[in-house]
Amino acid sequence: MNLPKKLQEKYDTLDEKGKQKLLESYANSLAEPGEAVGVVAGQSLGEPGTQMILRTHKFAGVAEINVARGLPRLIEIFDARKIPSTPSMTIYLKEKFAGDEKKVREIATKILELTVEDVIDRTNIDLLNKTVKIYLDKKLLEKYMITTKEVSEMIKKKIKKEKVTYEGNVINVKSPEADIKKLYKLRVKVKDIYIQGVPKIEQVLPVKKGNEWIIKTAGSNLKDVLKIPEVDPTRTITNDLYEIQKTFGIEAARNAIIREASMTLREQGLSVDIRHLMLVADAMTADGTLKGVTRYGITKGKKSVLARASFETALKHLFNAAAHREIDDLTSVVENVMINQPAPIGTGMLKLVVKHDKK
Amino acid sequence: MTDVFFNGTFIGTVKNPARFIKHIKKERREGKITNLMNIMYDEELDNIEITTEKGRARRPLIIVEKGIPKLTKEHIKKLKNGEISWNDLVKEGVIEYLDASEEEDAKIAMNESELTEAHTHLEISPLCIFGNQAAMVPYAEHNTAPRVIYGAKLLKQGLGIYASNYLIRDDTDSNILHYVQKPLVGTIMWDLMNYDIHPIGTNVVVAIMTWDGYNIEDAIVINKSSIERGLFRSTYFRPYKSEELKYAGGIKDLICIPEKEVKGYRTEDAYVHLEDDGIIYPEAEVESGDVLVGKTSPPRFLAGLEEFKVGIEARRETSTTIKLQEKGIVDTVMITESQEGNKMVKVKIRDQRIPEIGDKFSSRYGQKGVIGMIVPQESMPFTASGIIPDIIFSPFSVPPRMTFSQIIECLAGKVAALRGTCIDGTTFDNENEMDLRKELLKLGFKDNGTETMYDGRTGRQYKVRIMIGDMFYMKLKYMVASKIQSRSRGPLALLTRQPTEGRAKEGGLRLGEMERDCLIGHGATLFLKERFDSDKSVMPVCKKCGMIAIFNKFKNKGLCPVCGEGSEITLIEMSYAFKLLLDELKSLVIYPKLHIEPKS
Repeated sequence: MNLPKKLQEKYDTLDEKGKQKLLESYANSLAEPGEAVGVVAGQSLGEPGTQMILRTHKFAGVAEINVARGLPRLIEIFDARKIPSTPSMTIYLKEKFAGDEKKVREIATKILELTVEDVIDRTNIDLLNKTVKIYLDKKLLEKYMITTKEVSEMIKKKIKKEKVTYEGNVINVKSPEADIKKLYKLRVKVKDIYIQGVPKIEQVLPVKKGNEWIIKTAGSNLKDVLKIPEVDPTRTITNDLYEIQKTFGIEAARNAIIREASMTLREQGLSVDIRHLMLVADAMTADGTLKGVTRYGITKGKKSVLARASFETALKHLFNAAAHREIDDLTSVVENVMINQPAPIGTGMLKLVVKHDKK
Repeated sequence: MTDVFFNGTFIGTVKNPARFIKHIKKERREGKITNLMNIMYDEELDNIEITTEKGRARRPLIIVEKGIPKLTKEHIKKLKNGEISWNDLVKEGVIEYLDASEEEDAKIAMNESELTEAHTHLEISPLCIFGNQAAMVPYAEHNTAPRVIYGAKLLKQGLGIYASNYLIRDDTDSNILHYVQKPLVGTIMWDLMNYDIHPIGTNVVVAIMTWDGYNIEDAIVINKSSIERGLFRSTYFRPYKSEELKYAGGIKDLICIPEKEVKGYRTEDAYVHLEDDGIIYPEAEVESGDVLVGKTSPPRFLAGLEEFKVGIEARRETSTTIKLQEKGIVDTVMITESQEGNKMVKVKIRDQRIPEIGDKFSSRYGQKGVIGMIVPQESMPFTASGIIPDIIFSPFSVPPRMTFSQIIECLAGKVAALRGTCIDGTTFDNENEMDLRKELLKLGFKDNGTETMYDGRTGRQYKVRIMIGDMFYMKLKYMVASKIQSRSRGPLALLTRQPTEGRAKEGGLRLGEMERDCLIGHGATLFLKERFDSDKSVMPVCKKCGMIAIFNKFKNKGLCPVCGEGSEITLIEMSYAFKLLLDELKSLVIYPKLHIEPKS
């Protein structure tokens, strides 16, 4: 019997009796040929899904990053949505920095994406001078460790046409030819200008976990966060599956699916054997791209026309199949149930062929 | 300046909103402005909103001025004597109706004792937080909110006398409970809603104990002798209608005993109860399939061979028969004229329903359950004084649901039965539990309602004292007689050749998708195939074109209408639903070609 690498190592250390026992229990835990692993995995995930709470509570007043949980999150994972409803990261720092709260908070503010809007006190439109006046908040500037000069320079970079000057805490953006409408538009534009930090990170929250400090974020940008020298790239993770796939590859995405799904289930107090999740994750990532368990993903890849047609948008599949002259070999379960033939699974896997003696 | 809005439209401004509102309210209370108007001041927006729109939920409150309610003892005295009415109080400015927005500005006291200068209104009764139904749950303040709601829902399902003229009414599906009673423990709402005229249940003696596990999982054990005495017996009424319709060309239906030559003639047995006029006689015992009103109709289309048939043979049989799986006795037969002037017959069937295992019962607290066992009186437990309970209710139903009023009613019912007066269990305003206990002690029983009881089968004394008392129980409209169903073979649907669905059509029970998945999960493929064999059919398929062919059994030879003579036909076993799918694909201009290969 071919044992997996880790088991083989253990196997070699055991005595004769132990070896026998290991082999026996290994053989017992293998799926038998013809076992409907897919259906069982589907049921094993579907049934706990009925017990999950649809809408989870958000706690008022608790310093916490809002992350989708429960059934909506599970659906999101298995559908392999391009944009998760609540992208979030857990950033681990290198050992040197992890224990120092002050340093961690400093890093956290550095990561947070800052736009002009985040540091302004109020804005004003001066119609006489055709100027947008931006009053910056002194306290906020101190908090984020930037100066008015830096902000005005960032604005200058983005808005090249207009004249940008600053005076104390006030930045003036002058646009001599603009009318009221344009000035309003200009104000909106200025507010959105990026100043510092990692783009897309909307919220940061340093949390103490055991002996070290970690940073939880709302918004995810794995690639840019990993570029920060203080960040520990081996442990930092995001809940955005596509980002993981882009940054680390498909195997990492597979692990992310398993990790996220089992975490979501565990949070609700449901225990699902990890092998079911692994099977689903394998099916979702088998061809090197992330595919959701939807009619655009896994089901689209099914070979059988009838199997595809039996799952959502039947007509579309049938017409396409007719146009491409597809042939259904009736090799899978669904089709055979449809035409009332023994499906090639379980007891229907095997057939006896009688060889006649020619007499 | 405060903006004033009337029904959502701006109408002007006022300088002093407080004074303005005070003035408007005063005018309304004096009757100078309609009392359907409500006014509200929104401090945040600095708006005054006046509404007279329809669709607002409003509720009455007693007006309070300087901490003194306007409703005086004199008013109540006059009300009691019938000198004034509710409407007079509204006119007088004692009571006013507030809507949700005006309520925001009001400070409402729950009880008179907590009134202060700041209060503007006084609640008429704390019971007002309930609707009519929930207010009928006694001692509801001891229960969790969900159970009060369940209890209120179940009150609507209780059988009773829904209208005193039920005998001359012809409601579809009506039930009448035979021996109805007023509850020993009621609420003020039971009186206000006239539930003493049309009650919905009976007082029964309830023992709270287990009985050999027959009242497990909310089931109840019921005394057989009580049932034989008529407890919870009910009658089910169902009217059937038949009308002599007129058709174009002067032809019409005919109510009569159909001739044997009529198309669709049933067996002679079916018409046995009909009298000469083709209508059944009262007090006839009928079973499912029996004809109530015999009727023949003219042929639907004057085409084909039927054209040549003369007279009676062309007519169709369209009698009204009793519904499948129903039985009963003909209660009333009514011959009248419909709105169009056609002869119309209505036959009302009555069926006595004696409680049986599986019938649903409930107390008023969402403690519903079905009969688990009907026990002879001699086997039921009895008390030292010889009281035998009608119902044995499981104690395990109470703690997880926290319906303490179930226990309190048991206690209160016992007191009421012993002292001979009804007890008012109105929520928030009732005879409280401690008083009941004291009274029970005075009446010579243990104050917690328990008694020493003996097992009827062995005569042995139970080791613990058992709580026994009187409770109000309802028989709910769900009965086994109208739910029971079974099928081995039976009718098939025309289109799919699969068994029909539903009890009324003698349908099968579907082995659904999830059950299918379960069988696949077990790998029980051949069993799965057998289960889905209900529409198994053998189809002749042409090997050349792969389409369904024709098979001539007489010649024992197949023929493909596409390929013509000499085509090779094989017989393939498939589900009829799949054949239907192939046909539907053809209708979509898709050519589903079956490749036939020998079994490998």
